[in-house]
Amino acid sequence: MSIRHHLTDELLMAYAAGILPEAFNLVVATHVSLCDECRARLGAYEALGGAVLEDVPGAAVSVGSLAATMALIRDRGKDPIVAPPQAPRPASGLFPAPLRSYVGGDVEVVKWRPMGGGVRQAILPSSKDATVRLLYIPAGAAVPDHGHRGTELTQVLQGAFRDDADRFGPGDIEVASEETQHRPVAEAGADCICLAATDAPLRFSTMLPRIVQPFFRI
Amino acid sequence: MLTGCGSLENPDAKREQRSYAGLGAALRRSNGWAMEAVTGSAEDNLAELLLRVRDGQDEAAFATLFGHFAPRIKGFLMRSGAAEALAEEVAQDVMATVWQKAGLYDPARAGAATWIFTIARNRRIDALRKQRRPEPEDVGWGPEPEPDQAAAMELQQESEKLAEALRGLPPNQRVLIERAYFGELSHSEIAAETGLPLGTIKSRIRLALDRLRREMS
Repeated sequence: MSIRHHLTDELLMAYAAGILPEAFNLVVATHVSLCDECRARLGAYEALGGAVLEDVPGAAVSVGSLAATMALIRDRGKDPIVAPPQAPRPASGLFPAPLRSYVGGDVEVVKWRPMGGGVRQAILPSSKDATVRLLYIPAGAAVPDHGHRGTELTQVLQGAFRDDADRFGPGDIEVASEETQHRPVAEAGADCICLAATDAPLRFSTMLPRIVQPFFRI
Repeated sequence: MLTGCGSLENPDAKREQRSYAGLGAALRRSNGWAMEAVTGSAEDNLAELLLRVRDGQDEAAFATLFGHFAPRIKGFLMRSGAAEALAEEVAQDVMATVWQKAGLYDPARAGAATWIFTIARNRRIDALRKQRRPEPEDVGWGPEPEPDQAAAMELQQESEKLAEALRGLPPNQRVLIERAYFGELSHSEIAAETGLPLGTIKSRIRLALDRLRREMS
Protein backbone atom coordinates (compact mmCIF):
# COMPACT_ATOMS: atom_id res chain seq x y z
CA MET A 1 0.00 0.00 0.00
CA SER A 2 1.68 3.23 -1.03
CA ILE A 3 0.40 5.98 1.21
CA ARG A 4 0.74 9.61 0.08
CA HIS A 5 -1.36 11.40 2.68
CA HIS A 6 -0.27 11.07 6.30
CA LEU A 7 -1.29 12.25 9.75
CA THR A 8 -0.15 15.72 10.83
CA ASP A 9 2.39 16.14 13.64
CA GLU A 10 -0.27 17.91 15.68
CA LEU A 11 -2.64 14.93 15.49
CA LEU A 12 0.08 12.38 16.22
CA MET A 13 1.20 14.34 19.26
CA ALA A 14 -2.37 14.76 20.52
CA TYR A 15 -2.98 11.03 20.05
CA ALA A 16 0.24 10.18 21.90
CA ALA A 17 -0.76 12.60 24.67
CA GLY A 18 -4.22 11.04 24.87
CA ILE A 19 -6.17 14.30 24.47
CA LEU A 20 -8.14 13.55 21.30
CA PRO A 21 -11.82 12.62 21.34
CA GLU A 22 -12.40 8.87 21.13
CA ALA A 23 -13.73 9.17 17.54
CA PHE A 24 -10.42 10.73 16.39
CA ASN A 25 -8.42 8.16 18.35
CA LEU A 26 -10.13 5.42 16.35
CA VAL A 27 -9.26 7.03 13.00
CA VAL A 28 -5.65 7.70 14.07
CA ALA A 29 -5.26 4.11 15.37
CA THR A 30 -6.69 2.81 12.09
CA HIS A 31 -4.31 4.90 9.98
CA VAL A 32 -1.27 3.95 12.09
CA SER A 33 -2.24 0.29 11.69
CA LEU A 34 -1.87 0.73 7.93
CA CYS A 35 1.06 3.17 7.79
CA ASP A 36 4.58 2.26 8.97
CA GLU A 37 5.78 5.82 8.56
CA CYS A 38 3.15 7.27 10.89
CA ARG A 39 3.72 4.36 13.32
CA ALA A 40 7.38 5.32 13.57
CA ARG A 41 6.54 9.02 14.00
CA LEU A 42 4.03 8.10 16.72
CA GLY A 43 6.88 6.29 18.53
CA ALA A 44 8.74 9.60 18.69
CA TYR A 45 5.77 11.41 20.21
CA GLU A 46 5.28 8.65 22.77
CA ALA A 47 8.96 9.03 23.67
CA LEU A 48 8.24 12.72 24.30
CA GLY A 49 5.51 11.56 26.71
CA GLY A 50 8.10 9.39 28.44
CA ALA A 51 10.37 12.43 28.80
CA VAL A 52 7.50 14.45 30.30
CA LEU A 53 6.77 11.64 32.79
CA GLU A 54 10.45 11.49 33.81
CA ASP A 55 10.40 15.21 34.63
CA VAL A 56 7.05 15.50 36.40
CA PRO A 57 7.36 16.51 40.07
CA GLY A 58 6.66 13.31 41.98
CA ALA A 59 3.87 13.08 44.54
CA ALA A 60 4.79 10.97 47.58
CA VAL A 61 2.95 7.66 47.56
CA SER A 62 1.33 6.45 50.77
CA VAL A 63 3.09 4.20 53.25
CA GLY A 64 2.41 0.62 52.21
CA SER A 65 1.80 1.59 48.59
CA LEU A 66 4.30 -0.97 47.26
CA ALA A 67 2.85 -3.70 49.50
CA ALA A 68 -0.65 -2.83 48.27
CA THR A 69 0.58 -3.06 44.67
CA MET A 70 2.20 -6.45 45.28
CA ALA A 71 -1.08 -7.63 46.82
CA LEU A 72 -2.91 -6.37 43.71
CA ILE A 73 -0.49 -8.32 41.51
CA ARG A 74 -1.08 -11.48 43.56
CA ASP A 75 -4.85 -11.03 43.36
CA ARG A 76 -4.71 -10.73 39.60
CA GLY A 77 -2.56 -13.82 39.23
CA LYS A 78 1.13 -13.28 39.47
CA ASP A 79 2.18 -14.60 36.10
CA PRO A 80 2.97 -11.83 33.67
CA ILE A 81 0.98 -11.48 30.48
CA VAL A 82 3.26 -12.72 27.73
CA ALA A 83 1.08 -13.23 24.69
CA PRO A 84 -0.17 -10.30 22.67
CA PRO A 85 -3.91 -9.98 23.29
CA GLN A 86 -4.76 -9.29 19.67
CA ALA A 87 -5.77 -11.89 17.12
CA PRO A 88 -4.02 -11.37 13.79
CA ARG A 89 -6.03 -9.85 10.99
CA PRO A 90 -7.40 -12.44 8.58
CA ALA A 91 -5.65 -12.18 5.22
CA SER A 92 -8.94 -11.36 3.55
CA GLY A 93 -9.87 -8.68 6.11
CA LEU A 94 -10.36 -5.03 5.17
CA PHE A 95 -10.53 -3.47 8.64
CA PRO A 96 -7.45 -3.16 10.90
CA ALA A 97 -7.86 -4.52 14.45
CA PRO A 98 -8.94 -1.29 16.22
CA LEU A 99 -11.70 -0.69 13.69
CA ARG A 100 -12.77 -4.34 13.72
CA SER A 101 -13.12 -4.10 17.47
CA TYR A 102 -15.51 -1.12 17.18
CA VAL A 103 -17.55 -2.67 14.37
CA GLY A 104 -17.68 -6.11 15.97
CA GLY A 105 -16.27 -7.73 12.84
CA ASP A 106 -15.16 -6.86 9.35
CA VAL A 107 -16.96 -5.05 6.53
CA GLU A 108 -19.55 -7.81 6.05
CA VAL A 109 -21.15 -7.17 9.47
CA VAL A 110 -21.53 -3.37 9.04
CA LYS A 111 -25.14 -2.20 9.35
CA TRP A 112 -25.27 0.38 6.57
CA ARG A 113 -27.97 3.08 6.41
CA PRO A 114 -28.75 4.85 3.14
CA MET A 115 -27.91 8.57 2.93
CA GLY A 116 -29.22 9.14 -0.61
CA GLY A 117 -27.51 8.94 -4.00
CA GLY A 118 -26.34 5.41 -3.25
CA VAL A 119 -24.10 6.66 -0.43
CA ARG A 120 -24.42 4.69 2.82
CA GLN A 121 -23.08 5.21 6.30
CA ALA A 122 -22.79 3.45 9.64
CA ILE A 123 -22.21 5.51 12.79
CA LEU A 124 -19.93 3.79 15.30
CA PRO A 125 -20.28 4.18 19.07
CA SER A 126 -17.89 6.72 20.65
CA SER A 127 -17.86 9.50 23.23
CA LYS A 128 -20.09 12.47 22.43
CA ASP A 129 -17.37 15.07 21.82
CA ALA A 130 -16.98 13.84 18.22
CA THR A 131 -18.61 11.45 15.77
CA VAL A 132 -17.10 8.61 13.78
CA ARG A 133 -18.74 6.74 10.94
CA LEU A 134 -18.05 4.43 8.06
CA LEU A 135 -18.96 5.74 4.62
CA TYR A 136 -19.74 3.63 1.57
CA ILE A 137 -19.56 5.63 -1.65
CA PRO A 138 -20.35 3.69 -4.84
CA ALA A 139 -17.77 4.13 -7.60
CA GLY A 140 -18.46 7.43 -9.35
CA ALA A 141 -20.89 8.71 -6.69
CA ALA A 142 -20.44 11.88 -4.68
CA VAL A 143 -20.89 12.79 -1.04
CA PRO A 144 -22.95 16.01 -0.76
CA ASP A 145 -20.87 19.20 -0.85
CA HIS A 146 -19.99 20.20 2.68
CA GLY A 147 -17.68 22.30 4.83
CA HIS A 148 -16.79 21.74 8.47
CA ARG A 149 -17.01 23.71 11.65
CA GLY A 150 -14.17 21.71 13.16
CA THR A 151 -11.73 19.11 11.92
CA GLU A 152 -12.71 16.17 9.72
CA LEU A 153 -10.48 13.11 9.30
CA THR A 154 -11.24 10.77 6.41
CA GLN A 155 -9.32 7.49 6.19
CA VAL A 156 -9.63 5.54 2.93
CA LEU A 157 -9.97 1.79 3.46
CA GLN A 158 -10.93 0.72 -0.07
CA GLY A 159 -11.22 2.45 -3.44
CA ALA A 160 -10.35 6.13 -3.83
CA PHE A 161 -11.96 9.55 -3.86
CA ARG A 162 -11.08 12.95 -5.23
CA ASP A 163 -12.05 16.35 -3.92
CA ASP A 164 -10.91 19.92 -4.49
CA ALA A 165 -7.73 19.22 -2.54
CA ASP A 166 -6.34 16.02 -4.06
CA ARG A 167 -6.80 12.31 -4.73
CA PHE A 168 -7.00 9.94 -1.76
CA GLY A 169 -6.37 6.23 -2.28
CA PRO A 170 -6.25 3.18 0.00
CA GLY A 171 -4.40 3.96 3.23
CA ASP A 172 -4.47 7.73 2.66
CA ILE A 173 -5.95 10.07 5.26
CA GLU A 174 -7.39 13.50 4.55
CA VAL A 175 -7.19 16.03 7.36
CA ALA A 176 -9.75 18.71 6.46
CA SER A 177 -9.91 21.93 8.43
CA GLU A 178 -12.58 24.52 9.05
CA GLU A 179 -11.88 26.25 5.73
CA THR A 180 -12.24 23.16 3.57
CA GLN A 181 -15.32 23.10 1.38
CA HIS A 182 -15.31 19.90 -0.57
CA ARG A 183 -17.36 17.42 -2.53
CA PRO A 184 -15.65 14.04 -2.39
CA VAL A 185 -16.32 11.93 -5.49
CA ALA A 186 -15.49 8.22 -5.53
CA GLU A 187 -13.34 7.18 -8.49
CA ALA A 188 -14.58 4.73 -11.07
CA GLY A 189 -13.60 1.15 -10.33
CA ALA A 190 -13.96 -0.16 -6.77
CA ASP A 191 -16.60 1.31 -4.48
CA CYS A 192 -15.00 3.57 -1.90
CA ILE A 193 -15.12 2.74 1.82
CA CYS A 194 -13.87 5.34 4.30
CA LEU A 195 -13.73 5.87 8.04
CA ALA A 196 -14.50 9.51 8.86
CA ALA A 197 -14.56 11.49 12.12
CA THR A 198 -15.77 15.02 12.79
CA ASP A 199 -15.60 17.05 15.98
CA ALA A 200 -18.40 19.40 14.91
CA PRO A 201 -21.48 18.88 12.75
CA LEU A 202 -20.77 19.16 9.03
CA ARG A 203 -22.03 22.25 7.23
CA PHE A 204 -23.82 21.46 4.01
CA SER A 205 -24.20 24.08 1.32
CA THR A 206 -27.49 22.86 -0.11
CA MET A 207 -30.89 22.83 1.53
CA LEU A 208 -31.80 19.16 1.57
CA PRO A 209 -28.85 17.80 3.54
CA ARG A 210 -29.32 20.62 6.04
CA ILE A 211 -32.82 19.36 6.74
CA VAL A 212 -31.83 15.72 7.04
CA GLN A 213 -28.63 16.42 8.99
CA PRO A 214 -30.13 16.03 12.48
CA PHE A 215 -31.46 12.61 11.54
CA PHE A 216 -28.17 11.36 10.19
CA ARG A 217 -26.06 12.93 12.96
CA ILE A 218 -23.42 14.18 10.55
CA MET B 1 -9.72 -2.53 32.36
CA LEU B 2 -6.71 -1.12 30.74
CA THR B 3 -6.77 -1.12 26.98
CA GLY B 4 -3.54 -2.55 25.64
CA CYS B 5 -0.73 -0.44 24.29
CA GLY B 6 -0.46 -2.53 21.18
CA SER B 7 1.98 -0.33 19.36
CA LEU B 8 4.60 -0.82 22.02
CA GLU B 9 3.95 -4.07 23.74
CA ASN B 10 3.81 -6.78 21.19
CA PRO B 11 7.04 -8.73 21.11
CA ASP B 12 6.17 -9.77 17.56
CA ALA B 13 6.41 -6.16 16.61
CA LYS B 14 10.16 -6.44 16.95
CA ARG B 15 10.05 -7.19 13.28
CA GLU B 16 9.16 -3.59 12.91
CA GLN B 17 12.73 -2.58 13.57
CA ARG B 18 13.22 -3.12 9.88
CA SER B 19 11.13 -0.05 9.34
CA TYR B 20 11.48 1.45 12.79
CA ALA B 21 15.17 1.85 13.40
CA GLY B 22 14.69 3.59 16.72
CA LEU B 23 13.63 7.03 17.68
CA GLY B 24 16.19 8.74 15.49
CA ALA B 25 14.85 7.28 12.28
CA ALA B 26 11.32 8.06 13.38
CA LEU B 27 12.17 11.66 14.00
CA ARG B 28 14.15 11.94 10.80
CA ARG B 29 11.10 10.79 8.91
CA SER B 30 8.99 13.23 10.86
CA ASN B 31 9.73 16.45 8.98
CA GLY B 32 13.43 15.94 8.94
CA TRP B 33 14.10 15.35 12.62
CA ALA B 34 17.47 13.73 12.88
CA MET B 35 19.56 12.20 15.58
CA GLU B 36 23.06 10.86 15.58
CA ALA B 37 23.71 7.41 16.92
CA VAL B 38 25.21 7.84 20.36
CA THR B 39 27.69 5.44 21.85
CA GLY B 40 28.28 4.62 25.50
CA SER B 41 25.73 4.16 28.23
CA ALA B 42 24.44 6.76 30.62
CA GLU B 43 20.92 5.90 31.62
CA ASP B 44 20.41 2.19 31.23
CA ASN B 45 19.25 1.00 34.63
CA LEU B 46 15.48 1.54 34.28
CA ALA B 47 15.14 -0.57 31.14
CA GLU B 48 17.53 -3.06 32.73
CA LEU B 49 15.28 -3.31 35.79
CA LEU B 50 12.21 -3.76 33.63
CA LEU B 51 13.96 -6.61 31.80
CA ARG B 52 14.70 -8.27 35.15
CA VAL B 53 10.98 -8.10 35.93
CA ARG B 54 10.19 -9.39 32.45
CA ASP B 55 12.68 -12.25 32.39
CA GLY B 56 12.96 -13.20 36.07
CA GLN B 57 9.86 -11.80 37.82
CA ASP B 58 12.41 -10.04 40.03
CA GLU B 59 10.56 -8.41 42.94
CA ALA B 60 13.57 -6.38 44.10
CA ALA B 61 13.95 -4.88 40.63
CA PHE B 62 10.24 -4.13 40.64
CA ALA B 63 10.51 -2.39 44.01
CA THR B 64 13.24 -0.10 42.61
CA LEU B 65 11.10 0.65 39.55
CA PHE B 66 8.18 1.35 41.85
CA GLY B 67 10.25 3.80 43.90
CA HIS B 68 11.17 5.64 40.71
CA PHE B 69 7.91 5.60 38.79
CA ALA B 70 5.02 5.39 41.27
CA PRO B 71 5.48 8.96 42.61
CA ARG B 72 5.89 10.27 39.05
CA ILE B 73 2.74 8.48 37.88
CA LYS B 74 0.85 9.81 40.88
CA GLY B 75 2.11 13.34 40.21
CA PHE B 76 1.27 12.94 36.53
CA LEU B 77 -2.31 11.88 37.36
CA MET B 78 -2.76 14.73 39.83
CA ARG B 79 -1.63 17.18 37.13
CA SER B 80 -4.25 15.50 34.93
CA GLY B 81 -6.94 16.50 37.42
CA ALA B 82 -7.21 13.40 39.61
CA ALA B 83 -7.72 13.86 43.37
CA GLU B 84 -4.91 12.47 45.50
CA ALA B 85 -6.70 9.28 46.60
CA LEU B 86 -7.68 8.40 43.04
CA ALA B 87 -4.17 9.22 41.78
CA GLU B 88 -2.70 6.88 44.42
CA GLU B 89 -5.10 4.09 43.49
CA VAL B 90 -4.51 4.46 39.76
CA ALA B 91 -0.72 4.69 40.23
CA GLN B 92 -0.81 1.33 42.04
CA ASP B 93 -2.98 -0.10 39.30
CA VAL B 94 -0.57 1.16 36.62
CA MET B 95 2.43 -0.37 38.41
CA ALA B 96 0.59 -3.68 38.79
CA THR B 97 -0.09 -3.56 35.04
CA VAL B 98 3.63 -2.88 34.45
CA TRP B 99 4.34 -6.17 36.25
CA GLN B 100 1.66 -8.06 34.34
CA LYS B 101 2.63 -6.71 30.92
CA ALA B 102 6.41 -6.75 31.42
CA GLY B 103 6.51 -9.80 29.15
CA LEU B 104 5.50 -7.53 26.27
CA TYR B 105 8.24 -4.94 26.90
CA ASP B 106 10.80 -4.59 24.13
CA PRO B 107 13.71 -2.25 24.97
CA ALA B 108 14.52 -1.83 21.28
CA ARG B 109 11.13 -0.21 20.69
CA ALA B 110 10.60 2.00 23.75
CA GLY B 111 12.48 3.29 26.75
CA ALA B 112 11.16 2.28 30.18
CA ALA B 113 9.65 5.74 30.83
CA THR B 114 8.00 5.78 27.40
CA TRP B 115 6.48 2.34 27.83
CA ILE B 116 5.20 3.15 31.33
CA PHE B 117 3.90 6.51 30.10
CA THR B 118 1.67 4.75 27.54
CA ILE B 119 0.24 2.49 30.24
CA ALA B 120 -0.42 5.45 32.57
CA ARG B 121 -1.95 7.48 29.73
CA ASN B 122 -4.33 4.69 28.76
CA ARG B 123 -5.33 4.11 32.37
CA ARG B 124 -5.97 7.85 32.72
CA ILE B 125 -8.27 7.86 29.69
CA ASP B 126 -10.08 4.85 31.11
CA ALA B 127 -10.33 6.09 34.71
CA LEU B 128 -10.80 9.83 34.27
CA ARG B 129 -12.58 10.09 30.94
CA LYS B 130 -14.38 6.73 30.98
CA GLN B 131 -13.47 6.14 27.36
CA ARG B 132 -12.03 3.30 25.38
CA ARG B 133 -8.61 3.84 23.88
CA PRO B 134 -8.27 2.36 20.39
CA GLU B 135 -4.67 1.25 19.79
CA PRO B 136 -2.99 0.46 16.47
CA GLU B 137 -2.86 -3.11 15.25
CA ASP B 138 0.26 -5.04 16.21
CA VAL B 139 2.73 -5.78 13.49
CA GLY B 140 3.53 -9.49 13.47
CA TRP B 141 6.20 -10.31 10.90
CA GLY B 142 7.34 -13.74 11.96
CA PRO B 143 9.26 -15.47 14.74
CA GLU B 144 11.22 -13.49 17.30
CA PRO B 145 14.86 -12.77 16.43
CA GLU B 146 17.76 -12.36 18.84
CA PRO B 147 17.22 -9.36 21.11
CA ASP B 148 18.70 -6.33 19.43
CA GLN B 149 20.87 -4.80 22.13
CA ALA B 150 22.43 -2.17 19.91
CA ALA B 151 18.99 -0.84 18.95
CA ALA B 152 17.91 -0.86 22.60
CA MET B 153 21.04 1.04 23.60
CA GLU B 154 20.62 3.60 20.86
CA LEU B 155 16.98 4.15 21.79
CA GLN B 156 17.91 4.78 25.42
CA GLN B 157 20.56 7.30 24.45
CA GLU B 158 18.17 9.09 22.15
CA SER B 159 15.42 9.12 24.77
CA GLU B 160 17.80 10.74 27.23
CA LYS B 161 18.78 13.31 24.62
CA LEU B 162 15.13 14.06 23.96
CA ALA B 163 14.50 14.55 27.69
CA GLU B 164 17.41 17.01 27.82
CA ALA B 165 16.08 18.87 24.79
CA LEU B 166 12.67 19.11 26.45
CA ARG B 167 14.28 20.62 29.58
CA GLY B 168 16.08 23.12 27.37
CA LEU B 169 12.91 24.55 25.78
CA PRO B 170 11.84 28.09 26.60
CA PRO B 171 9.38 27.86 29.52
CA ASN B 172 6.40 29.19 27.57
CA GLN B 173 6.85 26.42 24.99
CA ARG B 174 7.75 23.65 27.40
CA VAL B 175 4.72 24.29 29.61
CA LEU B 176 2.34 23.82 26.68
CA ILE B 177 3.94 20.51 25.69
CA GLU B 178 3.72 19.32 29.28
CA ARG B 179 0.11 20.39 29.67
CA ALA B 180 -0.83 18.55 26.50
CA TYR B 181 0.82 15.36 27.76
CA PHE B 182 -0.68 15.68 31.22
CA GLY B 183 -3.99 15.78 29.39
CA GLU B 184 -4.66 18.66 31.75
CA LEU B 185 -6.48 20.62 29.13
CA SER B 186 -7.24 20.50 25.43
CA HIS B 187 -5.77 23.25 23.26
CA SER B 188 -9.02 25.18 23.23
CA GLU B 189 -9.38 24.85 27.01
CA ILE B 190 -5.82 26.15 27.47
CA ALA B 191 -6.82 29.04 25.21
CA ALA B 192 -9.85 29.82 27.37
CA GLU B 193 -7.86 29.60 30.60
CA THR B 194 -4.77 31.55 29.59
CA GLY B 195 -6.50 34.05 27.32
CA LEU B 196 -3.97 33.16 24.61
CA PRO B 197 -5.51 32.82 21.15
CA LEU B 198 -5.77 29.21 19.95
CA GLY B 199 -3.48 30.08 17.03
CA THR B 200 -0.77 31.27 19.44
CA ILE B 201 -0.97 28.04 21.43
CA LYS B 202 -0.75 25.93 18.31
CA SER B 203 2.16 27.93 16.94
CA ARG B 204 4.05 27.72 20.26
CA ILE B 205 3.64 23.96 20.28
CA ARG B 206 4.84 23.87 16.69
CA LEU B 207 7.87 26.01 17.61
CA ALA B 208 8.60 23.69 20.52
CA LEU B 209 8.48 20.62 18.27
CA ASP B 210 10.68 22.34 15.65
CA ARG B 211 13.17 23.20 18.33
CA LEU B 212 13.21 19.64 19.67
CA ARG B 213 13.89 18.40 16.15
CA ARG B 214 16.81 20.81 15.80
CA GLU B 215 18.20 19.76 19.16
CA MET B 216 18.07 16.12 18.10
CA SER B 217 19.87 16.75 14.81
